[in-house]
Amino acid sequence: MAIKVYIPGPFRVATNNSSKIEGYGDDVGEVLKDVGRRYPGIKALIFDSKGEVADHVCVFINGRDINTLQNNGTKVTEGDEVSIVPAMSGGAVPFTEEQIRRYSRHIILPQVGGKGQRKLLGAKVLLIGAGGLGSPTALYLAAAGVGTLGIVDFDTVDISNLQRQILHHNHDVGRLKVTSAQESIADVNPDVQVIPHALALTSENALEIIRQYDIVVNGCDNFATRYLVNDACVFLNKPLVDGSIFLFEGQASVFMPGRGCYRCLYPAPPPPGMVPSCQEAGVLGVLPGIVGCVQAIETIKLILGIGEPLAGRLLLFDALSMDFRVMRLRKDPSCPVCGDNPTITELIDYEEFCGAPITVG
Amino acid sequence: MTIENTKVNLELDLRGEVCPYTFVKSKLAIEDMEIGEVLQVILDHMEAVDNVPKSMTNEGQQVLGVDQINETDWAVTILKQKD
Ligand SMILES: [Zn+2]
Repeated sequence: MAIKVYIPGPFRVATNNSSKIEGYGDDVGEVLKDVGRRYPGIKALIFDSKGEVADHVCVFINGRDINTLQNNGTKVTEGDEVSIVPAMSGGAVPFTEEQIRRYSRHIILPQVGGKGQRKLLGAKVLLIGAGGLGSPTALYLAAAGVGTLGIVDFDTVDISNLQRQILHHNHDVGRLKVTSAQESIADVNPDVQVIPHALALTSENALEIIRQYDIVVNGCDNFATRYLVNDACVFLNKPLVDGSIFLFEGQASVFMPGRGCYRCLYPAPPPPGMVPSCQEAGVLGVLPGIVGCVQAIETIKLILGIGEPLAGRLLLFDALSMDFRVMRLRKDPSCPVCGDNPTITELIDYEEFCGAPITVG
Repeated sequence: MTIENTKVNLELDLRGEVCPYTFVKSKLAIEDMEIGEVLQVILDHMEAVDNVPKSMTNEGQQVLGVDQINETDWAVTILKQKD
């Protein structure tokens, strides 16, 4: 009986890049042996020297671990799917020749090496917005081999975006930004899995989306989303790499769980109308390139655990005077969300609260 | 320097490979080894015969020997000292 077998990314070198192949047999053991016979590369990857499934590989059938069923003796029938799931970023999976060449300048760095590169490949980063800030961040994180990039953006590409949003190109005008982003990223590095979230972030969906990632990078252009993402990261203990731009100036900071948040700095958003949204304001096109790249560097430092994160500090960048300044930040014990007696204990949708328009991008 | 009495734990044949991949592959191999183990890399790219020992020393490893083993090939022997 032919059973579908899912092959994980790191093993596809042995299957001509196929993610689904077929194996024949009446139980899981027979199917795996058959796959090993027809793809000798797979055999070497999933079986140990005794011919047993190696300890660093799990086998699932229809989403259930075979260890909780009858192991290799688990019967299979038409329509079942067997999935091979290796331990990731544990160093068990060797780099492909292409990866060795692609990441060679990282591997050479004493602070990165093969171990660091595996951390990057195993990391899951969520980008809020595929606009001016999200573009350079996404491209550099993808080029660096950050293995999973989630991208939240409900918007479509407008020709006025192309002045700064370098993820998108002329032929993308009118298309969903997440779709355009996914294609640009695939052109840069096929190792990266992009998870598109073509939706507006709200109090309803923010926690379930952010929960799936290790680090959140905020590249949104409005206060409602900035506060929503900040609060969600506090509730979920996720590091937040924040960035914002306005006219010729930019800000960036890293908020580590338990060490302060955006509300420690600015407890509440300004009233609607007082500050123009990005749609009404001008912005120097290169500016988000600088701030987005700062965010990309901070994200990579967090993944690798190297250097000093931009935590407890606010970086201010003024393009006109070409001035970088660093302000000290501290955790505010009276912060409404991360302080000692928080008054905000659930997510707030500021657009309902104050009537300001909410868009991401 | 001679390597006659050194026990080699892993030999890596990098003939045909050029810089910087000679070092990149040597580094990846030594990362997976234990401290105190010895890696021997076989090279036929002259530039790498200079560069691999230098880079390994920079990374804190100890180069035990750089020996020509035949007309075209060299063996670089490295003791892993640092993770
Ligand atoms: Zn706070």
